Amino acid sequence: MYLLKLIFRNAFRHKLRTALTVLGIVIAVLAFGLLQTVIDAWYAGVEASSSARLITRNAISLVFPLPITYEDKIRRVPGVRTVSRSNWFGGIYIDKRNFFAQFAADAQPFFELYPEYRLRPEQMKAFMLDRKGCVVGRKLAQTYGWKLGDTIPLRGTIFPGNWEFVIRGIYEGAEAKTDESQFIFHWEYLNEYIKKTSPRRANQVGIYLVGIADSDRAAEISREIDAIFRNSLAETLTETEKAFALGFVSMVEAIVAAIRIVSFVIIVIIMAVMANTMAMSARERTAEYATLKALGFGPAYVQALIYGESLLICLCGGALGILATFPLVGGFGAAMVKLFPVFQFSWNTLAMQVGAVLVMAIVAAVVPALRASRVRIAQGLRAIG
Amino acid sequence: MAIPFSYVVRNLGVRKVTTALTASGLALVVYVFATVLMLDEGLRQTLVDTGSRDNAVVIRRGAETEVQSVVDRMQADVVESQPEVALGPSGERLISKETVVLISLNKRASAKPSNVIIRGVGPQALTLRPQVRLVEGRMFRPGSSEIIAGRAIGQRFAGAGIGETLRFGMRDWTVVGYFDAGHSGFNSEIWGDADQLIQAFRRNAYSSVIFRLTDPDALDAVKASLESDPRLTVELKRESTFYAEQSEQLSAFIRYLGLTLSVIFSSGATIGAMITMYASVANRTGEIGTLRALGFRRASILWAFLLESLLLGLLGGMLGVALASLMQWVSFSTTNFQTFSELAFSFSLTARIVVESLIFSLIMGLAGGFLPAFRAARLKIVDSLRAAQ
Repeated sequence: MYLLKLIFRNAFRHKLRTALTVLGIVIAVLAFGLLQTVIDAWYAGVEASSSARLITRNAISLVFPLPITYEDKIRRVPGVRTVSRSNWFGGIYIDKRNFFAQFAADAQPFFELYPEYRLRPEQMKAFMLDRKGCVVGRKLAQTYGWKLGDTIPLRGTIFPGNWEFVIRGIYEGAEAKTDESQFIFHWEYLNEYIKKTSPRRANQVGIYLVGIADSDRAAEISREIDAIFRNSLAETLTETEKAFALGFVSMVEAIVAAIRIVSFVIIVIIMAVMANTMAMSARERTAEYATLKALGFGPAYVQALIYGESLLICLCGGALGILATFPLVGGFGAAMVKLFPVFQFSWNTLAMQVGAVLVMAIVAAVVPALRASRVRIAQGLRAIG
Repeated sequence: MAIPFSYVVRNLGVRKVTTALTASGLALVVYVFATVLMLDEGLRQTLVDTGSRDNAVVIRRGAETEVQSVVDRMQADVVESQPEVALGPSGERLISKETVVLISLNKRASAKPSNVIIRGVGPQALTLRPQVRLVEGRMFRPGSSEIIAGRAIGQRFAGAGIGETLRFGMRDWTVVGYFDAGHSGFNSEIWGDADQLIQAFRRNAYSSVIFRLTDPDALDAVKASLESDPRLTVELKRESTFYAEQSEQLSAFIRYLGLTLSVIFSSGATIGAMITMYASVANRTGEIGTLRALGFRRASILWAFLLESLLLGLLGGMLGVALASLMQWVSFSTTNFQTFSELAFSFSLTARIVVESLIFSLIMGLAGGFLPAFRAARLKIVDSLRAAQ
């Protein structure tokens, strides 16, 4: 008990220094939490993927389409339940900066494949009845202030022209990790338009979304699908939705790795600041530690004092930092919703923040504690802070 | 009268651990700051080297990239017939009708896929891009299933090395040579014969047309005539502008992310400097009193402590820049989401970045040292002399 009181008094003896150190730790914990959340956001697509969905694309690359005739062949593979076409549209809404994903999909099977996109039955019906209709995610609608019935103009980059879609439905995600920023419209509408403007590019599908009954057989079914089209003009590559999403993350893995390294750099920076604070405090108190020893306290007691002080300061900073992470992540997520549709503070990140704080506390105290425990009484008493 | 400089330097030397810890905190911030600037500079150099002011690129109107663009043969011929297309020494038109597609290749190291650009080029492609040189093996033979790869691609991606084959379009394509394209984005590409690639991909149109202008200033004239031609649905850009636009977003992303991080991190390191300087003032209260009693003015005391803090910042800055300069040997490659393809570039250190980084470190030193120095200067002689006891 007395030890705790001493630790507490020591920690707040230099109020300004302790306050500054705590502030430094708060900044580090905040920055670390935010950066880890940014990394998680890159992986949001992977997290939201389902093992019951496969994606079949052209083996050369995503830029090449697949013929529409593949759909029936894929559907006949045993174990395949649902197949939906999907084409990346790549349209521009007013300005290039307003980026969001747009897909032309086969609406009925698409929403069967994605039960986590919750659409009211009456909206689904309205969507099915309107050839130029589209369904958008709740967050996307919020970002641009769209309502049901609004007409959305898009300028095509892959499919030239000025397109207009009418919002017939706004879906909500079943879970927090569900992407609520998609824009889905009828594949048939796209195809009809292409038939008129550039007939050679008609009847082609970007990717097939394949729903399977038994996720354990994913690898087997993938191989079977690819085997059908081997040695054809458009060979396919089928993989789980997760592998497909990971492929996108791996394209920017250098950036993700850089952010990850940098998130640890800030911890190291503040570790240096914290170690400095502890080193200065311990040096100033050399005489006190010698006094304690002269009174009969052992080196372990002196060490406990220093470790305790370091831990106390770090925990104060850590707790404040973690508490502040919640509003910061919320605000940052709202501001960056265009870049990161899913932006969530995870338990994992919180655990890493706590771990970082503990490591910081221990590393900062190691050298001063060792020195203080070794100080000889006579020498220590002579020392002047 | 000013306090001797050696007094300031020695103060930093007295508490070696504290000085080292504080400077290393500052150094890490400067390292992050400099690295980001170097990466952005490397990206900029890559783009500057990729596009030439003398060339024009023709793509379909509304297409953002060559991959999205379609220019059919008739339109390409109209472009070729323009009087602004320069002629080579033997009268040939300096124009390359190209087809650009992406293929997904696996990295050798991680077996992870990434999209690589395959560019089908015409016979004049190398004349149009003098920065592209064949460095190993030989050029592909026109009319064959041979390709050449940028050296960086050949080394990093499975199947793209000399002697290896890539399979696409129901054909095996043999890599017969490596080219080096300086710092340019072409380093991240694979080249082959345009007509062969068009056939393999069952296309009937090119993606883009590149030609040398008779005069760099002739761009506006040819742009006006081509874009108003009712037979064409194309737009024309200067090659340098075209490539600069393609990495605008990546460049902006790197810059914003890096500068935001630098600002956040610098506040942490500045706090470290402030703690050190406050302690420095507190430890020397008696000395300050003595100096004042000897006749040194408040301004001199303020200046001495500010100088100490600035030196601390400079020390960190130099350490940080030294650390960052090692990054020049690291190359960086990522997918440019605007073109959806792999782009390799390097960290490039320029004198400007060194100066900016050092200024940044001095600002951190100044911010950290100002309040403590102010406190030191405001101490009263009697109080500070008494405090020493």
